[in-house]
This record gives sequence, C-alpha cells and structure tokens, in this order.
Amino acid sequence: MQKEIELKAAPQPFSFSRWIDKNFKYLPPIFITLILVVGQLAYGILDGYSGLFAAIGATIITEVILSKVILGKRKPISSAYMTGTSVAMLIRSNLAWPFAVTGFLSIASKYVLRYKGHHIWNPSLFGITWMLALHSPSVAGLSIQWGSNLAAASIIWLVGLIVVSRAKRLHVTVAYVISFIILAYIRCLITGDPFLAELAPLTGPMYQLFIFLMITDPPTGVSTRKGRVIVVVLVAILEFVFRLFHSIYAPFYALFIIGPLAKYLDLRRLDKQAKKKLA
Amino acid sequence: MKKQKPAQIIVTILFAGVLIATIIASRTRNGFLDREPTSQLAQKSLTAYGFFLEPVNEQAGIHFRHTSPDLDSKLDNIKLQIASMGASVSICDFDNDGWNDIYFTNSANGSLNALYRNLGDGRFEDVAGSMGVADLNKKGTGASMGTVWGDFDNDGFKDLLLYKWGKPELFKNMGGKEFVSVTDGSGLPAWANINAAVWLDFNNDGLLDIYMGGYFREEIDLENLTTTKIMPESFRYANNGGRNYLLKNLGNGKFEDVTEPYGLKSTKWTLSAVAADFNGDLYPELFLANDYNVDELYLNHEGKSFEEIGAKVGIGRIPKSGMNASIGDISNDGNIGVYTTNITEKGILIQGNNYWQLKPGSGKLPAFVNLSQLSGIENAGWSYGAQFGDLNNDGYMDLYVANGFISAKENTSYWYEYTKVTGGNKNIIEDAKNWPDMEGKSQSGYIEDKIWLNDKDALFEDVSGKACPPVTFDGRAVAMADLWNRGVLDVVVANQNNIPTIYKNTIGDKKNDWIAVDLQGTESNRDAIGAKVEVYWNGNRQMQIVTGGMGFSSQNQHRLHFGLGETQQVDKIMINWPSGKTDEISKPALNQLHTFIEN
Repeated sequence: MQKEIELKAAPQPFSFSRWIDKNFKYLPPIFITLILVVGQLAYGILDGYSGLFAAIGATIITEVILSKVILGKRKPISSAYMTGTSVAMLIRSNLAWPFAVTGFLSIASKYVLRYKGHHIWNPSLFGITWMLALHSPSVAGLSIQWGSNLAAASIIWLVGLIVVSRAKRLHVTVAYVISFIILAYIRCLITGDPFLAELAPLTGPMYQLFIFLMITDPPTGVSTRKGRVIVVVLVAILEFVFRLFHSIYAPFYALFIIGPLAKYLDLRRLDKQAKKKLA
Repeated sequence: MKKQKPAQIIVTILFAGVLIATIIASRTRNGFLDREPTSQLAQKSLTAYGFFLEPVNEQAGIHFRHTSPDLDSKLDNIKLQIASMGASVSICDFDNDGWNDIYFTNSANGSLNALYRNLGDGRFEDVAGSMGVADLNKKGTGASMGTVWGDFDNDGFKDLLLYKWGKPELFKNMGGKEFVSVTDGSGLPAWANINAAVWLDFNNDGLLDIYMGGYFREEIDLENLTTTKIMPESFRYANNGGRNYLLKNLGNGKFEDVTEPYGLKSTKWTLSAVAADFNGDLYPELFLANDYNVDELYLNHEGKSFEEIGAKVGIGRIPKSGMNASIGDISNDGNIGVYTTNITEKGILIQGNNYWQLKPGSGKLPAFVNLSQLSGIENAGWSYGAQFGDLNNDGYMDLYVANGFISAKENTSYWYEYTKVTGGNKNIIEDAKNWPDMEGKSQSGYIEDKIWLNDKDALFEDVSGKACPPVTFDGRAVAMADLWNRGVLDVVVANQNNIPTIYKNTIGDKKNDWIAVDLQGTESNRDAIGAKVEVYWNGNRQMQIVTGGMGFSSQNQHRLHFGLGETQQVDKIMINWPSGKTDEISKPALNQLHTFIEN
C-alpha cells in the first residue's frame, strides 16, 4: 500500500533582515514618525501641533483627490503622510496656513510637474524650497539645532542608515556626506571660517532629514548607481557654490535644481534606449 | 486618459494660482511709510493717532552716548555679537523733588554712567559725577548692564542697584544729595554676569529683596578669558548660562543669598525679569525671560519657597529667545499679561513675541494664553525691551518695542554664518572659536522700533514710522515716564553703542483725561513695590502694578499713569497693598497726580 506523504516546506528560522525586506514599504513612514516622535519628546521640535495637522491634512487630502481625478486611481497615503511630516518639521511658522499651502504645493507638484509620466521633483523638496525661496515674513526653515541629546541623535542616525541601506541608497547618503565634508574643508580655506563652523550644519536636524529622506528618494532619483553618486556629488558642489554666496538653504536649492535636471536626462536616456530596442 | 485632461488643466491652473498667491503674500509690506518731513509726519500722526513722539535730546540737554563693553581679544571674531548689551535706562525721582530723573549705563572700560537730574524747565543736567555714580566701569570691575531703583532701607529715598558683567554694586541714596557704595559686606556676589535684576518683596516683610538673573556663567570674566567655551550649548535648549540670585533683605543693610533653598536653581540665560502677584495670594511670582531656552515662571509659595511652573501653565513650552518681560493690561478688564520679546527675521527665524494673558479666575495656579498673534503684536524684528503705556491717553495701553541687534556695515548680514553654527552640535556652538569672524557685518540691524497703538478690544495697529521720525538705532531698553509733568507718557530708549532717544510725547487736540497714582508703603515696603492699582471709569477697569524694574534693562517711573479718554469722572481707585491692606478712593480728581500713603 502506497502511503501518501504530504511534503511541507521546513519552517525557516526567523530572519530580521528578511522581515525588514518583506515589510520595507512601512519602514520610511515609520522612520519619519520616529524622527518626529523622538524629536518632539526629546526636544519639543514642533512648537505646537497645528502646523503638523495642517501639513499632514493638506498632503493627504491633496493626494487622495488628485490621484483620483488625475490618475483615476486611489494611491496609498503613506507617501503623502511622509511628505506632510517632512513639511511640518522643515518649515517654521507661527501660522498654520504656510504648512497647509506647502503641503498642497508639495503634493500638487507631483501631478503637475511631470515628464514621461514621472514626477521629477521630490514633493516635499519642491514645496519647502518654493516657500523658503520667497523669503516670506511668515515662513522660515529649520536652521537651528534641536538639542544636544546624543542618544536621540544616535537613534535617528542609526535607523536612518538602516533605512537607506535597505532601500539600497546607502551609497547616495555616503557619497553626499563625504562630498560635503571635503567641500566644507575647501570652503573653510576660501572663507577663512573655522572648519567646524563649515561642518556644523551637517550635525543639525535639517541635514538628517535631507540626507536620509530627500536625496535618497527612489522615485525622483536616477536609475543607475553610478548616476546617483554623480548626482549627489553635483548637488554637493552646487550647494558649495550657493554657500559661498551665503545661502542659508543651500542644500534645498541645489537639489531643487540638480535633481529634476538629472531625472529628466535619465528619463530621456531610458526612453531613447527603449525606442532603440523596439527598432 | 482623455476624460482626465480637463481635471489635469484645472489642477495645473490651481497649482499655478497657489504659487502666484504665495509670491504675493510674501511681498506684503511691513507697514512702513515713505519718509516725510517731521512736521508733516507729526501733524498726520496727531490727527490719526492722537500723539507724536519727537526726539528732543538736544533741547533736553542729554548728550550721553553708550559705548559697548570691552572684551578679551579671544572674542574678536564675534565681538559685535557678544558686546551687544549694556545700554540701559531707569527712571527715578532720586531727590524727591517731584520730577523724574534718568539714569543711563555705559559699558566700555573707563566710560561714565550718567544720572540726568530733571531741572524742571525742560532740561536735564548730568549729576552722576558729583553724586558718585558715574565712574563705575573701571577696568577690572566689569561692564555696567543696567540699574534698578529701590528703597531697600525704607528711608524715603530710592537706592541704586547696579548690575554688571562683573562686580554688582549697591549705592545708598543719602537724602538725594549723594550716593554711597554699601556693596562691601552687603551680600552681593563678588562677580556675576547679570543682565536682569528687579527689586521685590518676595516674603512681604516690608523689606525689598533682590532678584538677579545671570547670562554668562559667573566664573567667566569676559575681559580675561581662560576658555572660549562660553557660548550657549544650544540655540533652543541651553542650560549653561549664569545662575540666579535671590537675595533676602535682612534689614541691616545685608542680604542673604537664599537662591538654593528657595528653589531658583536654573542656569538658563536670563535677560529679563518681572515680579508680580499672578495668583492673588499677595506674594509676587517671578517671570523670567530666557534667551536660548524656554521662559520660566516661579510660583511664590507664600514667601517660603518658589516652584518653577512655566511648562505647567503654558509659558514655558516653546523655547525662543526671551529678552523682555513687561506687564500690561491691554483689554481694560483688570487682568494683566506679560509681553515677552523674541526674534523674527524674515525668511530665516520666525519666533514671534508673546503676550501671555493671565486667564481670569485661574486660581492658585495661574494659567496663561498667548494673545500676541490675535492682538497683532507678534512680529517686531530682533526685539529687546518693550513697555506698555497709554501714549495718547485714550484709555488703552499701547506698546513700544525696541528693535535691532547689530547695525554695523550697511548692506551686510551675519545671518548666514550665524545659522551655520546655531544649526550645529553642542560641541561646536558652545565654543566661541568655532564662530566665523563677523568682519564688521550687521545682523538684523538698521530696523525701526515698533510702536503699536491699542485700538481698543486689545487689537493693535502698527504705527511705527508714522508716530515718530525714523530712527534705526539698535534699541535695547525702553522706559516710560512723564518727564515734564504734563500728564503724558514720554518714552526713553537706550540704544546700544549710540545715543539714547528721548521722545517728548505730544498729545493731539482731543481732550483726553488722565490720572496718575503714586504710592508710599508703611507696613508694606516704602516703595509699595508689588502693590496693585485698579482704576474704574466708564465701564473700564485697568490694572497696573508697581514694579521694581521690568522690561529689558529698564525701569519705568515709579508713579502709575492711566489715560482715560474723554470722561467726566473716575468712579474709583482700588489699591491692594502687598501687606494685604486695601484702599478705595471714590471719584478722585481728574488730570492730576495723586499720592497715597498706606494707612
């Protein structure tokens, strides 16, 4: 008599790495929430919750409406949530409307400023840079330190590195940080300012958000590893130039210019390649 | 996809519309008018606002000029930033002749402080030298930062406390004829870097005590540094400033340091203090405006101890750059509020000033709500001192805010370098040698002071540049006083590294009434510091408090001035003395100064 034996896959031991990969889509929103919560609990970074609610509310509502009317489908709100949270942390104002307007502009830019079906600006980068460039009496950027709590900063750096590593964008962060440090040294030789003064911004919260969440943004980055490294080095160089002209929000302006240009060239190159293949 | 094309067009138009709207919103004018000749400006202001402030330094014979403190050469790179304080003004009738006199501090080595005695004919005479309170910035003794007047020995003449980045001094007023230093053995610290001081009677024993707030740590001598690690450890969370001093008056010319046992243990960077009873138990609380951190409110437990309750009551939750604390009643409801100043620099740093309105009936634990945005007195610039006072006698307290940090080379700005460092880690920011060289650059300089006119209902109109000629000195301390006994509040502004501005106030044709109240304590301290005065008229109830100094490095006149608008009578004046006694005066005569002595 033949006995049928049901074969089952042997249970595999739990792997944290595999679990992270499987649930990666949740990591960036969790990471930004972590920055928000740690920052708020350790330092009280928000100065109130009206800006946070206005920014997140505006981004989510805009995303829900525009994805439906423009794309004809409903998109998950995690991306809008991240954009809203970034806006709330990177914009400073005593009023609520700048947060809402920045949130709206950020998400709307995704649906208006497109090339070959892709948005080319990181949404929060677009909204924030636009508002900062206006030099408005009601809006400023996050240009000050949150505090000197080493434990809180370490958590943000550690988790940030894990996130960009899992997103396969560690090379982007590392290339930018190295470029910044080298260029800071060159800048201090030119300006005569202390090297630590030139390095100081990198130790602040604005850069933590910039290097972990903005320059590594997959949808607005270019398609090749080499290309991404070149892009962030160029961003660092343009930022270096802006800094020589005393631009406080130099990194935003540099990425605002280089990022979409690189994305545009990359999409055009990919399109040409695709056409060649078809031919 | 075709169906979605109209939607795409609409969204694109909406997107472009919002972009354009943000451009328009960001270009809103700040309310400054084009310049006009003073006579035209005055006429317009008198017609529109009912008052005009005219600088009269020359006519008044006031030729004082402030010079900034000298510093160790290790701080040369940021000297302009560090040596940015020291211009102060305090008003006192030191010789009891019925005319308000003015004291200015100077700060450079060898520079002289000035005591301008009011001659009663419109002019002032500097008598600091003959009175023994001029040469107080000798090398090695530190730089003067401010003064407050208080009759610590209850002899009827107000004595002078001078606080410095250095050795504080106490001068006894010898019958208005001269001042004698009684510092040695008095219990004042040998050296401290003080930027805030007030007289208060914290235990209501009838003797004036002293509070002083440290800015830089007390072991630092800014002219002889042993380390360059003197800067705040953070722009928002710094606790490495100077200590507090609560000095209890023992009644024998000596003061006991009771800071620790009374719980004033914080070491934030204090720039201003005001003492007032916020919870109705007669004991004065202490409100501290702190730079680089949250403000603090110390609740007075019946003169036995203090408890810091800033976060609990709302005023200590958001760290800003507190530089001023002054009291006013902006809505004529008998509820005072505290105005604190901070920094607002377009596109770079938006902190906004606060007006912490005391919530009525909030009981033992006072509660506050910030009304500065609603009242329209939030954004002034890089603000320092501020005072409330009814400038047009219309019955509502107006607000004068001194503005401007460093006016050095024109069309330059240190803001970029500043934000570079303040965004950095503790180890970078706290060491002065890491700060880029200022190279004579300005920072939030060449900006006008703010004058806000109370349009009733606690709504203010910005009349800066309209109610006085344009002045862009770096304003520090503001004091209000009736300098010429005319029944109007004049304004004196001490400007850093510059001449002060003596504003003579002209009231318009409109016949507004006023009343002034001066108090003398008997059971309470002789100066009646801490007494609350409420004036009732035409359904209004305005409260003012006798303070021993408030604002940034300043002290107003001792008497309290109440504008009344056009009225037939004042219903009553209620006086709550620190001793707990109360007085009610029915239908006092209008348009005169009333002096009340505690029964």
